[in-house]
Amino acid sequence: MMDFTLNEEQLMFAETARQLFADMSGPDQWLEQMESGAARIEARWNAIAENGLGLLLLPEASGGMGLGELDFALIAEQAGYAALPDPLVESAGVAAPLLAAIDPEHPLLADPSVSIAIQHPQNPLVADADVAGGIILHRDGEAWLAAPDQVTLTPRESIDPFRRLFAVAWDTASATRLGQADWDLALDRGALFSAAQGLGLAQRAVDMAVDYAKDRQQFGKPIGTYQAVKHHLATAQVAIEFARPVVQAAAAELAHGDVQSRARVSHAKLVALEAADNAARISIQVHGAMGYSWEVDVHLFLKRALALTNSWGTPYFHRQRVAQRIFTQPTGPDQTFAREIEHA
Amino acid sequence: MELTYTEEQQAFRAEVRAWLEAHVPKAPLEHYDATRAGFEAHREWETTLKSGDWGMVTWPREYGGRGLDLIQWLIFEEEYYRAKAPGRVNQNGIFLLGPTLMEFGTHEQKSRFLPPMASGEEIWAQAWSEPMAGSDLAGVRSTAVLDGDEYVLNGHKIWSSRAAFADWAFGLFRAPGTERHQGMSLIFFPLDAPGVTRNPIRKINGHVGFAEIFLEDVRVPAFNRLGDEGQGWHICMATAGFERGLMLRSPARYQVAAAELAKLWEARKDGCDPALEGEVIRAFMNAEAYALSIYRTASMLMGGAKIGPEASTNKIFWSEMDIHLHRTALAILGTEAELITEPGAHDWIDDYIFSLSGPIYAGSNEIQRNIISERMLGLPRR
Ligand SMILES: Cc1cc2nc3c(=O)[nH]c(=O)nc-3n(C[C@H](O)[C@H](O)[C@H](O)COP(=O)(O)OP(=O)(O)OC[C@H]3O[C@@H](n4cnc5c(N)ncnc54)[C@H](O)[C@@H]3O)c2cc1C
Repeated sequence: MMDFTLNEEQLMFAETARQLFADMSGPDQWLEQMESGAARIEARWNAIAENGLGLLLLPEASGGMGLGELDFALIAEQAGYAALPDPLVESAGVAAPLLAAIDPEHPLLADPSVSIAIQHPQNPLVADADVAGGIILHRDGEAWLAAPDQVTLTPRESIDPFRRLFAVAWDTASATRLGQADWDLALDRGALFSAAQGLGLAQRAVDMAVDYAKDRQQFGKPIGTYQAVKHHLATAQVAIEFARPVVQAAAAELAHGDVQSRARVSHAKLVALEAADNAARISIQVHGAMGYSWEVDVHLFLKRALALTNSWGTPYFHRQRVAQRIFTQPTGPDQTFAREIEHA
Repeated sequence: MELTYTEEQQAFRAEVRAWLEAHVPKAPLEHYDATRAGFEAHREWETTLKSGDWGMVTWPREYGGRGLDLIQWLIFEEEYYRAKAPGRVNQNGIFLLGPTLMEFGTHEQKSRFLPPMASGEEIWAQAWSEPMAGSDLAGVRSTAVLDGDEYVLNGHKIWSSRAAFADWAFGLFRAPGTERHQGMSLIFFPLDAPGVTRNPIRKINGHVGFAEIFLEDVRVPAFNRLGDEGQGWHICMATAGFERGLMLRSPARYQVAAAELAKLWEARKDGCDPALEGEVIRAFMNAEAYALSIYRTASMLMGGAKIGPEASTNKIFWSEMDIHLHRTALAILGTEAELITEPGAHDWIDDYIFSLSGPIYAGSNEIQRNIISERMLGLPRR
């Protein structure tokens, strides 16, 4: 049945995530973590684990809830809205499901407070590798697993203060071979959940600018009364409104794994992160010099958008996948929800 | 969320497709804005459509429709554009006034006006704008005075699409002495009534696309007022919601254009700037995003939601995507872009010129950005 709405359960999980992140990943915690340089705030990470946010996409055979990409995308969107520093999205959205597909009863999956990092051919560096319980590694199409202390991690500092990136040097002697893995599916999930985070990043950047524009006075009235300011923000909001349905459709269709579903994921990745980048730049402009200062947190959203734009496939990579869909499959108004035809 | 059609919906698509294949004129009709003959040829097409009961599929049967839901309407529209069927000469009636009548009209008004609207017997124009009331529609000065059970209409309307040839207009009038949003009423008048003068106005594509209308003591029955006296502004805003939010511009229109653009690119890419492929891809993505967004809106409306200020984001999105798509086509056409199209070929240049009106009509995009920032984002008005 054609139905483009979210169900109660999905809205409920998203609301749980929103509330938790609003309480535990806000300006105070960002500041605290930037100052301490700690890898994570334990209380927050434990709360995420206790609320089961990491279990949505994990199959039931691995102790998860066996829900779908759409359910988790809504959580990822909230993670974006809170510029969440923790490795929830990659670990629970990409790495754990990949491991579960190979070995549903793998011990790493038993404890939801243990994060898993993942290497992928599209990403030269591995995020959050040092704090992970295990790192999934890629070689010649096969997946391997190693603990952080079994590999050599070289930190590579990101402009995003919360991205913990590492170059990983390893050899097969000190890793465990897992076998063939679905790297394409991992890429689709990584790209989709980056897109979902992009929606959240974009909305937060707009919301921060709206709040500021209502408050900040120049020439005797709030700057939010000026049309130049209003129209900037309206433009940013339009981009969000037309990225969201694409992200949701991409999530709902991802499991098909065909040319169309891959193009949809790529479309989502492109437009959601453009929306985020654009919203963040507009937000900085609306904040004036305040937006250019470390005092105001808009820069976190700019930097996360920038980082996610190029992870899990660059814009060029994703445009190629959309081109593939356009030029090898039928297009037109009756093809919106069509599935792949071979030798079309 | 589930993004697959039911068997029933697929069967419906097949039915629409078969009917259109059998009935859509093989040679394109002359444009309805070009000449009276072109206009009448489109009216005849509306009659043919009605003979298959396809006039307005979402309306109840008793008013000339088929009683179908919004997803079926989208499927119908997809097939309609896919079949390259003639443009809807009565679009201001069926897509704007129709849904408004459905919401605010009495049973008698619906029975009187909807069936001939669905069949093209009566073709409608929208007469809201005035020389001094464009974006600021609350500045309307044309008046309606109740005299017994008749209204006496006076004033000057302008930019009324297809009013040069249409049969009826739905106009915005005010009671004398009232100001701004108070005292306005939405009233229907025949465009050939005594006291009505229409002067055609040529659009930049050369067509007689609109008319200005002078009204001098035009008498119409009070029955022709939609809603209560003084409720005109409220009703107009509902119409504008349908216009921007859902009906006026079908996603299918842009999906067909995006598919044509992809073909144009494949045929001509040798020797073209390779960067244009990115724009072709962008045009496809825009059309898809708009379609997905409209499916989402349709699902939400079917679940009982109402159209809100987010309708303004639609209007900005489709009008900007339309311009981008056509500019891309012209860039691919290069030195041929300026040439008047040969009959039968895809009319990129005329569609491009038309796309430039998108950010102006149905409330300019500047006004939409005001609405989004004030009513969606909550920024202060002044
Ligand atoms: C192709 C076409 C078909 C049309 N069909 C119809 C029809 O069938 N019936 C009908 O009644 N009307 C119709 N119109 C008229 C249309 O609704 C008006 O053109 C529109 O509302 C703008 O009004 P205006 O042309 O008087 O421009 P103005 O209101 O004078 O605006 C001129 C410019 O100033 C900007 N502007 C005005 N106010 C503001 C503001 N507050 N903030 C920022 N910018 C502002 C506008 O955005 C625009 O760019 C049609 C117009 C076109 C182009």
